[in-house]
Amino acid sequence: MTQELKRVRETPSQTAGPYVHIGCTPGFTGIDVYEADLGNVMKTGPVKGEEITVTGTIFDGTGTALTDALVEIWQADADGLHNSPQETRGIADPNFTGWGRCASDMTTGAFTFETIKPGRVPYPDGRLQAPHISVWIVARGINIGLQTRIYFEDEASANSEDPILSRIEHRNRIPTLLAGREKDGVYRFDIHLQGPNETIFFDI
Amino acid sequence: MAENDTGKAGGYLPRDRAWQPAALTPAYKTTVKRSPQAALLSFPTTLSEETGPVFGHGHLSEGDTDLIHNFAKDGESAIGPRIIVHGRVVDENARGVAGALVEIWQANAGGRYRHKKESYLAPLDPNFGGCGRTLTDAQGNYAFHTIMPGAYPWPNGPNDWRPAHIHFSVFGQAFAQRLITQLYFEGDPLIARCPIVGAITDPDAVSSLIAPLDMGRAIPMDSLAYKFDIVLRGRYQTFFENRPEGS
Repeated sequence: MTQELKRVRETPSQTAGPYVHIGCTPGFTGIDVYEADLGNVMKTGPVKGEEITVTGTIFDGTGTALTDALVEIWQADADGLHNSPQETRGIADPNFTGWGRCASDMTTGAFTFETIKPGRVPYPDGRLQAPHISVWIVARGINIGLQTRIYFEDEASANSEDPILSRIEHRNRIPTLLAGREKDGVYRFDIHLQGPNETIFFDI
Repeated sequence: MAENDTGKAGGYLPRDRAWQPAALTPAYKTTVKRSPQAALLSFPTTLSEETGPVFGHGHLSEGDTDLIHNFAKDGESAIGPRIIVHGRVVDENARGVAGALVEIWQANAGGRYRHKKESYLAPLDPNFGGCGRTLTDAQGNYAFHTIMPGAYPWPNGPNDWRPAHIHFSVFGQAFAQRLITQLYFEGDPLIARCPIVGAITDPDAVSSLIAPLDMGRAIPMDSLAYKFDIVLRGRYQTFFENRPEGS
């Protein structure tokens, strides 16, 4: 026998199921209990930095769009600071929440975020990471939320020195993490759960 | 002082992937084409995962915790056995998580959800919306007043029924802690038959999702109570600063 560590184990995840909207975006499904759905506005006033739209679709292993998913994103402001009590390096842009939540369209499966291009955030060893947006995806058929990141195709120089991107063994999969510029200010980031273009998902 | 409060907080402890459900669990058929097949890319958490938004009471209103009345017409209430669902949100170091956003959703007493894509023949309850939300208090406690959800059939196997359950979405202090799970009720014979519950292989992990009847929190002549504690990821506890100055 030994002493006890007195740690407790993380609650096991269960799927969000097909009706996640009732709890997380009730207004989206026509239940007008709350004033507004949380996370549907990321900019609460004039913001610093480049305003962008990030849009995409999640596809299953057959290439079918998921029309019942919920996507959340979390990111730094234009200076690389988070609007969070855990941020210790400075005060982030007060008009930018950094957090967005979007239900995928019930017909097309498209999700869209009106956000800004994030600044660079340091890795634990002090090196700068390339600009990125953290992503969390839940849906029916997903037992535990999937984590990934959106990097930007037009940040080639920052991407080339990013501590995470540079350690990915299968270089041919890196494009699955890159949002491409569709037109000025609009980036596309499609997510493939399976198949030859399967998105890189993180255990982070 | 909380348990294990031995020093400065480091990054978040990695998820125990053997304790958590796998992505691919074929008995739950929808996972077959929705589960990633490549290995997950493992990295220590960075500031991007160790931070998270703050939810203020300004976003929420007091009535959001009362599912019996938050959708009901004035003077009316939802149909079903009245229950209190309460518990504490802690991290893996057993510290209460204050200000965590807890959002719940559930079927009505007949097992029917209020949702455009739901077509089960059980009737909608005109006085039940099925959602509630709250922020945990300084110690991590939360409570909801609701009705007991019904079991319902779902298209998976030829005759699969979900045990009565309440969905929980929990947002702690960091994006790394983000979690969605489901509460089940003590004594329900459908729990052991459910392919979604069965995605979890460790019996202790399944037990940790089953809320016991809690007569100590019942309200006599009013409501029964069930207790459901939730554990979010915790942080490494380090004596020494392991980040370079200024980062």
